[in-house]
Amino acid sequence: MAALTEAEAAPIVRRSHLARQTLVFSGLLVLFAVAFVVSLCVGRFSVPAIRALELIWLGATDPWRELTTIEERIVLLVRAPRVVLAALAGAGLALSGAALQGVFRNPLVSPDILGISQGAAFGGALGIMLGIWGFPLIAMVFISGMAAVILVGLISRINGRSETITVILSGLVVSSMFSAVVSLLQFVADPNTSLPAIVYWLMGSFATATWERTLIAAPGLIIGGVLLWMLRFRLNILSLDEAEAQSLGARTNRERWLVFGLIAVIVGSQVAVSGIIGWIGIVIPHASRLLVGHDHRALLPASVVLGAGFMVIIDTLARTATAAEIPLGVITALVGAPIFAMLLRNHYRERNGS
Amino acid sequence: MIGLEDATVRFGSRIIIEALSFSVPVGRTLAILGPNGRGKTTTLKAMLGFQQLDAGRRVAPDIVGYVPQTGTSNQRYRALDVVVMGRAAHLGIFGQPGPEDFRVARSALERAGAARFADHYFDRLSGGERQLVLLARAIATGSQVLVLDEPAAALDLHNQERLLTLLNTLRQPRDKAIVFTTHDPNHALSSADDALLMMPGGQPPLFGPVAETITPEHLESLYGVPMRVVELAGPSGEAHRAVLPAFAGIRAA
Repeated sequence: MAALTEAEAAPIVRRSHLARQTLVFSGLLVLFAVAFVVSLCVGRFSVPAIRALELIWLGATDPWRELTTIEERIVLLVRAPRVVLAALAGAGLALSGAALQGVFRNPLVSPDILGISQGAAFGGALGIMLGIWGFPLIAMVFISGMAAVILVGLISRINGRSETITVILSGLVVSSMFSAVVSLLQFVADPNTSLPAIVYWLMGSFATATWERTLIAAPGLIIGGVLLWMLRFRLNILSLDEAEAQSLGARTNRERWLVFGLIAVIVGSQVAVSGIIGWIGIVIPHASRLLVGHDHRALLPASVVLGAGFMVIIDTLARTATAAEIPLGVITALVGAPIFAMLLRNHYRERNGS
Repeated sequence: MIGLEDATVRFGSRIIIEALSFSVPVGRTLAILGPNGRGKTTTLKAMLGFQQLDAGRRVAPDIVGYVPQTGTSNQRYRALDVVVMGRAAHLGIFGQPGPEDFRVARSALERAGAARFADHYFDRLSGGERQLVLLARAIATGSQVLVLDEPAAALDLHNQERLLTLLNTLRQPRDKAIVFTTHDPNHALSSADDALLMMPGGQPPLFGPVAETITPEHLESLYGVPMRVVELAGPSGEAHRAVLPAFAGIRAA
């Protein structure tokens, strides 16, 4: 009798699983859409939602149109690129975090762990000090971020392979090395000109977003993101024990470095245009796991949508909460740390309970 | 077919296995027997290609269906999603499992007798249940070779019986080469064709059909305790042969 009811219950479980996933994803998409539109409307100069959507439609269908009214210029030239960049950056960071936590089999690592952020920060600080601006600065940031990852790779590679723990520790070593150099650069920087610029950039901001900068960051974020998304089933395999993953045909070492490389491209592109933004890569994947489970085939898309929505909301708060802009890093930490503390307690309470 | 040819593994100056040769063709089952610390696990790892050989050669197909003792992952996946991972080698690095792969996974779960866990979370299952799911995953790889690491070690008597029955069901079609490690010679008697005894003190390991290798004399030198073969009545009255250490039980008056 018991076996019968269990067999009957199985399809129902399956259907409710699917229904739940659909519901969660619709909810996340609605959240993102609302955040996107609200962000276009609010600010010093507020625009009604209908009008903002109409402007976006006009801008999308006829991008080379002459922009005459102040309304048009604010929505299409100031807010739209900023919101798009914030969404892309949030999505990229959350996706990187989710993938990295899977590959490391450790829920507490974040994209910063590979030393990319600090490496990139060094490139940026050096560039600003040398008076380099615009595209060369972005290139410099990107290259130094990549250099940091390569350095981590070289240090952690022992006898032809790298253990996850040595990768984490090498990341720590490279990070603290670069952050020491960044401090040194700040120490010698001119307090009247370059120091404020370095400090502000290190705290992260989308205030300087233009379509040009968005287009510079977009290819790296999108290509890296799409490739990671294509690896979603492989990430399930890589999240298993080393021996198990190998027995299933994965060449774990090489594939893990492919994932690291893609993450470096994503984070490097993001840091290059908007500075260091912490916490997104750790809080969003955790929240997504609670919503859709651990399977990367659902976790990655959920992290993308939630990361994009969350980043847009944070950025909107940053520019509207007070008269001056609050640095993003401050808000993500203020919002992210308590959420993370809560998730952490939930996670371990549930685990001990099971 | 899976096996080793003249395989030697050293950890520093310690020789773990030396000049070990055996092979398991499709259709036969091998039990690797021995106390702890005699290189059972090393032999298994060497067969699977996880352990570098200092000398000799490994003969194995590209994909071996490997059943670890306990799946170790802090991720929460449904049992069906764990089993479908067995298809990874067929899908390539960017591949995604399709309906056909899920069909294969479901039938593997069926074969391993774990179909009822398909929609349960793997990390919420008991040790014995997890093992069945991992066995299903190994079957889903489609490999002709199954390698089980101490499949009975963590099981109570009831689950041991179920596992041995299951192993015999998998053996029956004679379409797979199966290897498992165990402490208990009775598991080899009930479910294996050949046995590999990891002998102590530098003696070469003994490899051969169960009838020739699982004898009281060999087992005595293997475990270092006197062993006896006993005849007993099976579940439905038929005669069974079992091996017991001479210290088993209590002295009858």
